[in-house]
Amino acid sequence: MAFKGAVITFPGSNCDRDMAVAIEAVSGECAIRIWHGDAQLPDGLDLIALPGGFSYGDYLRCGAMAAKSPVMRAVADAAGRGVPVLGVCNGFQLLTESGLLPGALMRNGQQTFVCRTVDLEVANTSSVFTRSLTPDEHIRIPVAHHDGNYFADEATLDALEGDGRVAFRYTDQVNGSQRNIAGIVNNAGNVLGMMPHPERAIEDAAHPSLGGDDGRKVFESAIGALVTA
Amino acid sequence: MNTRILVRLKPGVLDPQGRAVHNALDSLGFDGVDDVRVGRMIEMDVAEGTSDDTLRAMCEQLLANMVIEDFVVERLDPVVEPA
Repeated sequence: MAFKGAVITFPGSNCDRDMAVAIEAVSGECAIRIWHGDAQLPDGLDLIALPGGFSYGDYLRCGAMAAKSPVMRAVADAAGRGVPVLGVCNGFQLLTESGLLPGALMRNGQQTFVCRTVDLEVANTSSVFTRSLTPDEHIRIPVAHHDGNYFADEATLDALEGDGRVAFRYTDQVNGSQRNIAGIVNNAGNVLGMMPHPERAIEDAAHPSLGGDDGRKVFESAIGALVTA
Repeated sequence: MNTRILVRLKPGVLDPQGRAVHNALDSLGFDGVDDVRVGRMIEMDVAEGTSDDTLRAMCEQLLANMVIEDFVVERLDPVVEPA
């Protein structure tokens, strides 16, 4: 059966097309584009992606308004049924604001927008999105955000680490995130939120400072098994 | 506006914005500022009978992020007894 991936667009999303291109590049199937006002998702989705951007102009708090949009109830239901959900950047903020992942993403510690390719240490290789990676592998993925400073109370952080739910860590200081957390998964391992943009690193570019294809592995983890099966 | 909601970062949560404002005040030569925290104020006109519980629910579900923020609800209009 053809792979069915969906990308949700909110007012102010700006990485939705990149996300759709990445899904198509890895799965060979066009991603279904969904508008935030849709209260229902198509049946039988294999992947739901919440893209980066500045939904609702970051009004109130990043992701706060979009987290209350009609489609997010359907996304929460799907996540509960085990459908893989990937939230990148604003998508990660949305997942924490909607309670699908713990913690919150605050203004960067250094107060400035950070836009560069960073080194990530892979800390989890059992989730739907990280199973194609190897433990302690390092990957290089671009970040571009002003509010990526991951915060949770100590008990939550201890639980995340104890349960192996930290997916990726920055290897240097990027935004002040507690315990250098760049991405986390839910208990079941089917929901991943991460600030770095894997969809911006799916093919090698002519110049070494651009591109790279390390982000592909995140998509291959989620898509590969289904497409080759 | 008859209701004012103050949303503030919880004590202990680092406030980079407050720190930047503090630095700016220092650089302007204002001495004696020990700490600065930046929060958010939301003014609302709500129907007269709106209960405290409803206002609290608004804060918990949307206006504040309970992971990092606390809120205070203030009612602004004095209650006037009918003559």
